Amino acid sequence: MKNFFMALFNMLSICTLVVPATASTKPQRSVLDNGIILLTSEQRALPMVSIELLIDAGSRHDLPNQEGLANLTARLLTYGTRQRTALQISDTLDFVGARLSAACGEDLASVSMTVLKKDLGTGLELLAEVLTAANFPQEEIDRQKQSIIASIRAREESPGDIAQRRFAEALYPQSPYGRPVEGNEASVKALEQKTLKAFYDRYYRPNRTIVSIVGDISHQEIARALNEALHSWQKGDPATAPVAPSKIGSSETIRVHKDLTQANIVLGHNGVGRENPDYYAIQVMNYILGGGGFSSRTLDSIRNERGLAYSVYSYFGAEKGHGTFELVMQTKNETALEAIRIANAEIRRMREELVTEEELKDAKDYLIGSFPLRLDTNRKVANFWAQVEYFQLGLDYPDRYDDFIQKVSRADVRRVAQKYLNPEHLITVIVANQKKIGDQ
Amino acid sequence: MSHPLAATSQTTQVQEFVLDNGLKVLLLEDHKSPAVTFQVWYRVGSRNEKDGKSGLSHFLEHMLFKGTPKLKPEEYSRIIAKNGGRSNAFTTSDVTVYFATMSRDKIGIEIELEADRMVNALLGETYFEPEKKVIQEERRLRTEDNPVSALGEITGAVAYMVHPYRRPVIGWMDDIQNLTRQDLVDYYKLYYAPNNAFIVMTGDFSTQEMLPKIKAAFGNLPRGAEPPKVRAEEPPQQGERRVTLKKEAELPFVLMYYHTPNLKSPDSYALDVLSVVLAGGRSSRLYHDLVYQKRLARSVDADYNGLAIDPSVFSVTAQLMPGKEPAEIEREMDRLLEQVKTELISERELQKAKNQIESAFIYAQDSIFGQAMKIGYYEAVGGWRLMDGYLDGIRKVSREDIQRVAKAYLDRDRRTVGILLPGKENT
Repeated sequence: MKNFFMALFNMLSICTLVVPATASTKPQRSVLDNGIILLTSEQRALPMVSIELLIDAGSRHDLPNQEGLANLTARLLTYGTRQRTALQISDTLDFVGARLSAACGEDLASVSMTVLKKDLGTGLELLAEVLTAANFPQEEIDRQKQSIIASIRAREESPGDIAQRRFAEALYPQSPYGRPVEGNEASVKALEQKTLKAFYDRYYRPNRTIVSIVGDISHQEIARALNEALHSWQKGDPATAPVAPSKIGSSETIRVHKDLTQANIVLGHNGVGRENPDYYAIQVMNYILGGGGFSSRTLDSIRNERGLAYSVYSYFGAEKGHGTFELVMQTKNETALEAIRIANAEIRRMREELVTEEELKDAKDYLIGSFPLRLDTNRKVANFWAQVEYFQLGLDYPDRYDDFIQKVSRADVRRVAQKYLNPEHLITVIVANQKKIGDQ
Repeated sequence: MSHPLAATSQTTQVQEFVLDNGLKVLLLEDHKSPAVTFQVWYRVGSRNEKDGKSGLSHFLEHMLFKGTPKLKPEEYSRIIAKNGGRSNAFTTSDVTVYFATMSRDKIGIEIELEADRMVNALLGETYFEPEKKVIQEERRLRTEDNPVSALGEITGAVAYMVHPYRRPVIGWMDDIQNLTRQDLVDYYKLYYAPNNAFIVMTGDFSTQEMLPKIKAAFGNLPRGAEPPKVRAEEPPQQGERRVTLKKEAELPFVLMYYHTPNLKSPDSYALDVLSVVLAGGRSSRLYHDLVYQKRLARSVDADYNGLAIDPSVFSVTAQLMPGKEPAEIEREMDRLLEQVKTELISERELQKAKNQIESAFIYAQDSIFGQAMKIGYYEAVGGWRLMDGYLDGIRKVSREDIQRVAKAYLDRDRRTVGILLPGKENT
């Protein structure tokens, strides 16, 4: 179709048009008195403010037999401060329609808030209380423990979650990265108030915190407001680099039996850290293998050609110092082994053959061309800059991104496939009705 | 109270155009982010399907990615992706929607591709059987192996006896199996035409530039015959219906469907506010009582679905805590629902719910995709102009209105209760 080629021909002019719009979201950065790193991007179109905090307080800091400590701490942030009860906090938030939530991952805890500009004062006041004056009432601890234990049960209803958990366990045995962030029933039950308070006291510190704010406010205004609201928040131990768990084990297959119509399958192994210079070549390679939405090799061979699955995708999840490679799909029990064979064959083909010029170009065009879509809401922009800061990518990252992708060659793609895809070391998890799968 | 937010309602900025072939075009310029969403909405969904043919609308949606005389199968997705776009489609009871989000300079590609597949889809025989398998896998993923979703399906099938809302959008497994390519071809001819569709475009574009592009791409497509109207009306329910689902699961789940009118009824505003009073935020009635105080439920929700072409349902749901009995939480849910019928809610509670709705209304404008979705749903149900009156309608709701609609619609004789009873497999 002629029009499409003409549109491609216009590529250069598009880049020059898109970049200014992206660049306009470039944040201002400063370090507040107590060590908070603050990034702000002024967006005046709507009378609202989106706030994202990343705190070096993830479950990797959980001690043995205290699994779930970081998660319970994060959950309790909004359930009682020295100034307000849990109900007062939620009622205050609900009355102004503000949203405040806290979550916990392996490396980081996060706190997110969305609030109307006119209620920002109320929002910041609550945020400051949560960060500096959470008081972990025993009654709330008991309540949240029960709730987490219910979540631990509920996740057994989701075969995809079970597969993910078993994969992480096999990949990172004896490591916080191999355990669910929520912990297990016994460890959660045993957590004590003083342990929670100690964790909060040690890890929730301004010099372990990145704050990214996007919305109807200037950098100066918000910096002043935060300095004021958080002046009592004292520095603690500085943030530490995650200790990279690494394991290249032998290939392993894990089967979990459930009364299901579909096999939920995860294949994978170690990946790379975000700082790895091959990260961009890996993203291009993975796009071709299984990252490319409706256009990838595994989607073609498993879904489009054979009708074996509705969803099949692969990704390299990259954190600081560590990462995973996973290929995820679901297919009816009876075709599980066939789908696994094809996925393995596609992984091997990535290592053996050069990708075509067209595949390479399509992948690069998507990764570069879709970049602005990562920044098309205030919430996404706030998350984006928090991540850029955390991974130390530099505020000029959006300007340099195209180049990182553009210089990847077909030989690079094969090289990183050979280096970072290891079909001999794949962990394969199959959550399914094992009676219907067979043995081969 | 003052209404400082009224000025930020963007709905009045929607521009409407109708092409000669009946295609309506709704454009909303919004320049705060460098992207454009283009969506084609067809006025067809599972609501239009016949017995034995459930899942037809959704199957057809999948097959529209299988090429035209100008375009190879799956080429559509590839072209959008390599131009930096994200594309997909979805089907509901009421509509089938195709969309892509891209930069302004590339969105013209999407416009031409959508015009092409509005009338030229091949629905190729070769791709029919593999795609049927894909859809069956989709059903296994979404419904068969998802206990809460399976409960929703079966409860909907009991809440409606006559109206096609009783059928799942994805279709029953056997129906999917029995659909033929000819079914798709006939359905496509009947429902895919400019006069049975409309376009919604939001984001960073100029109307002056885009309208001519849309006219050039779609303007010459022939008007189709008027598709048949859906006339089914659900007769009033007389007496509670109950259904249980026993399935491998961990926690029981209780689901209540109350029949309600859609947003064309003036009661819809009060029903919206009522849903927030019941379950909007941690300080809401159901959450505070059942999740926080009594610890009977792990989660609760109340949702009024006014954005439906035909009268829909108000749903109240709870996932139980381990060891709790459905009967116990049902009693407590009933008690709380009775309370809003017998006692007026407080002024502060009313104001809190309204504030939540107003702030959510502003937050939703952060996403051009979200805005396009809202315009599309309103247009499909009763016309996009209904959006204009929304916040005003909400502001006018009184405590007495809340009590009145609770009495009128949260009526046990007009509800269907679905209960998920976790069980292990029979071996």
